[in-house]
Amino acid sequence: MRITQGTFSYLPDFDDEQIQAQIQYCLNNDWPIAIEYTDDPHPRNVYWDMYGLPMFDIKDPVAIMQTLAECKATFPNGYIRVSGYDRSLGRATTALQFIVHRPTDEPGFHLERQETNDRQVRYTIRSYAADKPSGRRYE
Amino acid sequence: MADTLETPSEQIDLDQVWQSSEIQSLLDKLNEELIGLVPVKTRIREIAAMLLVARLREQHQMLTDRPTLHMSFTGRPGTGKTTVAMRMAKILHSLGYVRKGHLVVASRDDLVGQYVGHTAPKTKEMLKKAIGGVLFIDEAYYLYRPENERDYGQEAIEMLLTAMENQRDDFVVILAGYKERMDTFFQSNPGFHSRVAHHIHFPDYSLDELVQIADLMVRQQMYAFDDDSREAFREYLDLRVQQPHFANARSVRNALDRIKLRQANRLIRAGGSIVAKDLARIDAEDVRASRVFRGGTASETPS
Repeated sequence: MRITQGTFSYLPDFDDEQIQAQIQYCLNNDWPIAIEYTDDPHPRNVYWDMYGLPMFDIKDPVAIMQTLAECKATFPNGYIRVSGYDRSLGRATTALQFIVHRPTDEPGFHLERQETNDRQVRYTIRSYAADKPSGRRYE
Repeated sequence: MADTLETPSEQIDLDQVWQSSEIQSLLDKLNEELIGLVPVKTRIREIAAMLLVARLREQHQMLTDRPTLHMSFTGRPGTGKTTVAMRMAKILHSLGYVRKGHLVVASRDDLVGQYVGHTAPKTKEMLKKAIGGVLFIDEAYYLYRPENERDYGQEAIEMLLTAMENQRDDFVVILAGYKERMDTFFQSNPGFHSRVAHHIHFPDYSLDELVQIADLMVRQQMYAFDDDSREAFREYLDLRVQQPHFANARSVRNALDRIKLRQANRLIRAGGSIVAKDLARIDAEDVRASRVFRGGTASETPS
């Protein structure tokens, strides 16, 4: 099951040229870029690990593409996303964020229905991948 | 290959190409705003011509190696190395050699770490910032400290060398510093010497050039010399040049700052009413009040 989230969730995955164009757009707006990765695909897992430091003072998107390539080489079987942070006063939030890399095989989620009192049903989703310990998922 | 030169006799209008690359206007601006420095300007013009021809060859499907453009600027303080580096970044950008054309200034502190394992990320970070532009390493010889064999500078040097070779498309490195010390630095790091294609020396300014620089600075700051004060300033420079710590254009700027201070003091002390033009005029008296005329040394901070 293909996970989608972030700014371009409704579009097919970007190729490198398109990613670079989006990064250029962020830089034009003076949004520092950060690269984040995770191997837990649960939608409520919002805090991913950052790869290196947020990249301030970078003028050329190629520098970020190189870092992204390093990150992909380090975590070939993980999710990687790029986010542009708008630090301007009154905004101070992530302005744009999209997935740039995903595992080749995404097994999807198990839906668990829990029968509780008064015939109410509580739902839990659990990623099949997350059954394994972190680092060994998507092998 | 037969099709490498499809139209070998096609006419190329060099004048038109030269004009349309904005390179001429950049060189003109360089000429106008930087006094003297003839050897430097000649070399920049040569580099610009070379890059333009390389680009034309590429357009006509001729084999062109990407020229190495790492440079070393040597010269005494205040001879305009940083300024020229900034211009160089713009020129390289307008010729399409670097993608963005910004200048990242780095010194030893920005590249070399404090403890084991600190240097590599620091240097990498600076290199990353410089991608698409020019990395200007001021006083590059401080990177190499032969007296301390455990110095982390060597690590930064090795990373720089690798990057200069492998990421030639990504940035241009300019090393700057005093001539003698750069020479020793290159001798002890032959890897650098062979990777730096252009060694440009910035000569000291002559007295006439210094006066012209002062004139230009005064004009840019909306002040004005009269004939007396210009002559006084010339005499000042003549004395100042012989003193220690003379830093060419930088000393001129510092001297002008002190003169502006004295001019303001003179105006306030005199009181009364003046015309607006007096606010701009520098009097010979403002110049001659300098300690240099009484056999003292100029303090390089305004006093």
